[in-house]
Amino acid sequence: MSSPRTLYDKLWDEHVVRERADGSTLLYIDRHILQEVSTPQSFRRLESKGLRPRRPSTHLAVPDHSVPTIGREAGISDPLARDQVERLRQNCKRHGILFIPLQDLRQGIVHVIGPELGFTLPGITLVCGDSHTSTHGAFGALAFGVGASECATVMATHCLPQRRARTMEVWLEGRLPEWVSAKDVALALISRIGADGAAGHALEFRGPGVTSMSMEGRMTLCNMAIEAGTRIGLVAPDETTFAYLAGRPFAPQGRHFERALDYWRSLPSDEGAVFDRGIRLELSTLVPQVTWGTSPDLAVGIDGRIPDPDDEPDPAKRDRIRSSLEYMGLRPGMAVQDIAIDRVFIGSCTNGRIEDLRAAARVVAGRKVAAGVRAMVVPGSTSVRRQAEAEGLARIFQDAGFEWREAGCSMCVAMNEDRLRPGERCASTSNRNFEGRQGRGGRTHLMSPAMAAAAAIAGHLVDVRELQTA
Amino acid sequence: MAEPFKRLTGIAAPIVEDDVDTDVIYPARFLVLMEKQGLGRYLFHDRRFGPDGTRKADFVLNREPYAAATILISRDNFGSGSSREHAVWALADYGIRCVIASSFGEIFAANCVRNGILPARVPRSAVQPLAEQAERGPFTVDLVRQSIDLPDGVSVPFSIAPSDRESLLNGWDDIDRILALESDAIERFEADRAARFPWLYQDRMQ
Repeated sequence: MSSPRTLYDKLWDEHVVRERADGSTLLYIDRHILQEVSTPQSFRRLESKGLRPRRPSTHLAVPDHSVPTIGREAGISDPLARDQVERLRQNCKRHGILFIPLQDLRQGIVHVIGPELGFTLPGITLVCGDSHTSTHGAFGALAFGVGASECATVMATHCLPQRRARTMEVWLEGRLPEWVSAKDVALALISRIGADGAAGHALEFRGPGVTSMSMEGRMTLCNMAIEAGTRIGLVAPDETTFAYLAGRPFAPQGRHFERALDYWRSLPSDEGAVFDRGIRLELSTLVPQVTWGTSPDLAVGIDGRIPDPDDEPDPAKRDRIRSSLEYMGLRPGMAVQDIAIDRVFIGSCTNGRIEDLRAAARVVAGRKVAAGVRAMVVPGSTSVRRQAEAEGLARIFQDAGFEWREAGCSMCVAMNEDRLRPGERCASTSNRNFEGRQGRGGRTHLMSPAMAAAAAIAGHLVDVRELQTA
Repeated sequence: MAEPFKRLTGIAAPIVEDDVDTDVIYPARFLVLMEKQGLGRYLFHDRRFGPDGTRKADFVLNREPYAAATILISRDNFGSGSSREHAVWALADYGIRCVIASSFGEIFAANCVRNGILPARVPRSAVQPLAEQAERGPFTVDLVRQSIDLPDGVSVPFSIAPSDRESLLNGWDDIDRILALESDAIERFEADRAARFPWLYQDRMQ
């Protein structure tokens, strides 16, 4: 009998092509998702060597980062973005890779459509030239972000030299209270362990808090793993996973699905498997979280106050608080709920799925966006957009004064015209509050969709639980 | 194929902060560019230049002698965040060949090695003394000995994964290496995998 193994161990072991004495391993990569921003140089690298993709059918391409979210019927007006999307289309055509065009019903953010199409499966390795590829770990796939050079390496060889990570169990005890979500769990975890607190470790989320969570919630958790410094977040596949995948276009069908199920059921960590580290979070007492600084770990409960750098004994941490507050234009000691906002962004690969839009719409229904606030909803995919329209969510948002946009990364990466102006403050469901992330000089507060929706209504950061009982 | 990295003598520019992310190193609005060359002008763009394009006098790369730096010094989690390799191409185009820090974003560090830039890891407590030494003169970073010679004559060690060190010393290209050494192993691996996991080997892309 072999010793008990974790989910990560099983995924890793199954993909080892060659192990070297120096600790590096040649790891087999099953699938690759491409977007327009991180691959032009990858194709050039491939072609400069006279190579072609080894197995074109294992790649899937879609434009998402630089595309407009409004007025698409007229095409892309920004010439650089248009060239980049066109380059991706041509590269895919030349190499026999499936390219999903902007007008296609399957278009959307890479980390939303991979799962939607059943391209993401338990037990596979999957990479993409995007750090939030950790999202796909929610299915029990070993999925991680890579650079453009490595995208070329995967196309040419289906392998990457990697080093085995240590493992870290994140045990989620209890159930989430109403209006508290996976995003709050992620922000609470990151604020506890730090923006590099999981570096070198593959995170596995376990416990009743995650088994009771939807696939959308699990994807939000794994998506944010990178903000804790690790490329890899995992959830063991279970009946929720299998029910989500059944019938998806690229998922195995019929007899193949049954056979895959047998394998997928063998993937969860064995009883007695040992993790290198562990942390436990109690969900039942968790309050909605918001960030106040320029790193995702600088978060506090909505009932909290902005920290005072003078209370911080460590000089490095003190400087970090001070520079964050300066950039963010906040005063030490002020109540988080007193922070007034100019903009609201609901969307992204973190929180642009149907469940996210439902949660936001529940808060917005029958209300109006506060005077002076500009709010937008950008669905994570065209399919999410269609579904939200069919469910009447789009109407709720529009009646309240939200802009209802087309699918893309939009104001999470701020490559298109969706961006903050200098000094503007945004309640955002995205994943990064870095300096300039949503536009030069823009100020970002990360939070859940329900909390961002509540902020849109109130005009300032507010506890959605109080807004809903008021 | 990157240029082999053995030894580098140059000016080191300190940015003694934690979590210097790749959005700060290379702002997203320049990601529409499809070249690797010429990106140095966008390196740390919003820290280096004001909204009107003027140089900000307080940023380290705008001060002498640091404008000619070939080495950066930073603290925890340098290069965190986005996987954009543009951050590394911009460093390379500017002339940076080595980043010394107490830790790195994982994807960033891998991107550095693929482009011949040395990510040298030192203890957190060593960062501030290194920044002070940087004011006194150039450093010599020796990858063979895994040490940094400082202007005061002291030599401090750094760490790097053995496989990354070997890649940098030899200027290896991972595609060339893998195809040369492992093509047969990959063939065998795929044949075995296709037999055991046939649902991954259907021609499903219709």
